[in-house]
Amino acid sequence: MNATALENLQAAFPDATCKVVLDSVVIEVHPENLEETLSRLKNEQDFNCGLLVDVTAIDYLDYPQQQETRFHVVYTIRNWEANLLIQVRTWVVDPEKGIPTATHLWESANWGEREVYDQYGIHFQGHPDLRRILNHWQFEGHPLRKDYPIKKRQVCFDTDSMEDEIRARLLKNGVDEATMKDINTEVMFLNIGPSHPATHGAIRILAALDGETILANVNEVGYLHRGFEKTAEQRTYNQIVPLTDRLNYCSSMMNNIAYVKAVESWLGIEITERAKFMRVVLSEFYRVLDHMVCLAAALVDMGGLTNYWYLYNEKEAAYDFISRLTGARLTSSFTRVGGMYRDFYEGWQDDLETHIRGLEKGMGDALKLVDSNRIVHDRTQGVCVMSAESALSYGMTGPTLRASGVPYDLRKDAPYYNYDSFDFNVPVGSNGDIYDRFMIRFYEMFESIKIIRQALKHIPEGPINVANSQLSLPPKEQVYGNIEGLANHFKLIFEGIKVPRGEWYDSYEAANGELGFHFVSDGSGTPYKLKVRPPCFYTMGAFAEMVEENMIADAVINLSCINIIGGELDR
Amino acid sequence: MALGLEASLGDTAITTKLDAVVNWGRQYSLWPFVYGTACCAIEFMSTAASQYDISRWGAEVVRFSPRQADLLLVCGTISYKQAPVLKRIYEQMPDPKWVVAMGACASSGGIYDNYCTVQGIDTIIPVDIYISGCPPRPEAVLDALIKIQDQIKGESVLKDRHKDFKGILD
Ligand code: SF4
Repeated sequence: MNATALENLQAAFPDATCKVVLDSVVIEVHPENLEETLSRLKNEQDFNCGLLVDVTAIDYLDYPQQQETRFHVVYTIRNWEANLLIQVRTWVVDPEKGIPTATHLWESANWGEREVYDQYGIHFQGHPDLRRILNHWQFEGHPLRKDYPIKKRQVCFDTDSMEDEIRARLLKNGVDEATMKDINTEVMFLNIGPSHPATHGAIRILAALDGETILANVNEVGYLHRGFEKTAEQRTYNQIVPLTDRLNYCSSMMNNIAYVKAVESWLGIEITERAKFMRVVLSEFYRVLDHMVCLAAALVDMGGLTNYWYLYNEKEAAYDFISRLTGARLTSSFTRVGGMYRDFYEGWQDDLETHIRGLEKGMGDALKLVDSNRIVHDRTQGVCVMSAESALSYGMTGPTLRASGVPYDLRKDAPYYNYDSFDFNVPVGSNGDIYDRFMIRFYEMFESIKIIRQALKHIPEGPINVANSQLSLPPKEQVYGNIEGLANHFKLIFEGIKVPRGEWYDSYEAANGELGFHFVSDGSGTPYKLKVRPPCFYTMGAFAEMVEENMIADAVINLSCINIIGGELDR
Repeated sequence: MALGLEASLGDTAITTKLDAVVNWGRQYSLWPFVYGTACCAIEFMSTAASQYDISRWGAEVVRFSPRQADLLLVCGTISYKQAPVLKRIYEQMPDPKWVVAMGACASSGGIYDNYCTVQGIDTIIPVDIYISGCPPRPEAVLDALIKIQDQIKGESVLKDRHKDFKGILD
């Protein structure tokens, strides 16, 4: 973030207070000016923030520094081309009355604001569909408020019928049921999930059909809401690493890295060169694995079981490498604030090379089966098309956005860990259909392997943790050998790393797109608030838009190729 | 040499107890319904894939309709929002049926001791076998399968095992 951006913003919004926090500019505005500020940031050529990355709120009830109002709402927006990240903050005087909505500016505000309403009980005036999203409809209260006890459990006895929602959506799409009656046909309602093989987890799809064509679609998520954010408020920074494993569990290491990267950026620590390379190698390795699982499952949904074995068997083999390195097959928990848990083991390069070759073979074989396969082409080309403009508006990121032709990739646009010195391409699609979403993942895997090979050549020797006794655990000889070492270890484990007071947002290009963390620290060893910006959540918000007017069978393969992972979607 | 009735029937027939023959059939043809919600389901995928190959125990016919399954494998976290769905799926399975809670979450809520997570699926439906781990390794899933098979061996076809079960949703 350069100084001119700050100057421009301050000049454009003289009434607001602007300041730079890490890579973003934070603008604090009066609730009355919120709407105008947001719309100018979106529409004016100087700012052009087409992407609403996330919406969240903060409850300052227990915050050591007294605030005038209890709740604040934060919109994180981005102009990806100019690498301009802005957080617009406003205070909420009365949560019942709330603040104006931003749904008319960005489609992604719809789900984002629903989540804030659900978790914090803040209303958004003019929101078209303000109801709970993660918690069940019989839930009372708002769990992320500081006065909601974490163990206050509420039983749900029945599933929401969602009848009103689907009828409203039909109306919105201009389907007139009366006319349909006249011509002797009627709308058929079909419910898929939450426990259905096509949903790969727990998502509910309710579709209104005319024959096999989807007239309207609404979805319900939150079935895997596990209270990540509330739980994290009770853990020290390093204890949260295992929780992040379970966000996108197909690429757990990427979440580990994204999370500690966000903490480190605020602490202002530069990790060692070796640790950076390790993170690049492992990120890309996991990106390949994540895409493999997605493609394997998607091809099964399309009827191509052979692909599944080609892809999955190589992934299974790669678990050998991972468990040798981390001790676990799936839940790696391999990073620590300030570095890594362990260095690579002896002989890891050879193992990795073997696995990469295996992966390439699996990918190559699977690609050969689909590349010029007429059935695959007919089923995927021109189906469930999403234009670049609406993809951005829905807050899609990662491969699904790139499939629609927007080459936004944080590794290129806001590079970290020396990504700018690696030679790799960002594949983009041309039509934004299922075919593109599919192929993007294949090609990204090859690019990732290219990066791994380069990193393997240049990875330096050296320490993997920063030499700072406030951050990294002392070596075991010192813990057992002298009292300072012991006390140091004890303090770091019990009290955790002390993180200076403040608020910040940091993001990372995960397998599914922009994975961001919004922190509020009160200066203690545990975060005051930790919000995850999950790429899946917003992609899922666009699902209805993608599948309407297509066939029900297309919706099934579309769901599998956008790779919705419950842990990340519902947190 | 055969004695009694078998002696007079020769090699063409054997006599046995009803329980023994029915249980023998049930043991080796369990049809699982995979209720996969979270990370544990990925490890089930590995259990089913070539390397671990669940078909070695005759349980590879994974059903996606509860009406065709008799082994409910709950792989992953169950939230309160999900609980009524799980119960409905369980009820749709015909008797006799067995339930495996795979992983810490399904067994006890795991690391999620909070407002939205069910603290063990046995508060909702009866469970036969619990698998520890977060996630359990595929070998552990196979071990649970073997344990269910052992359990089936000792059961009676006339007994309803979970007649008196009462969960929080009942
Ligand atoms: S037990 Fe662990 S691995 Fe399994 S679903 Fe729960 S958190 Fe995920």
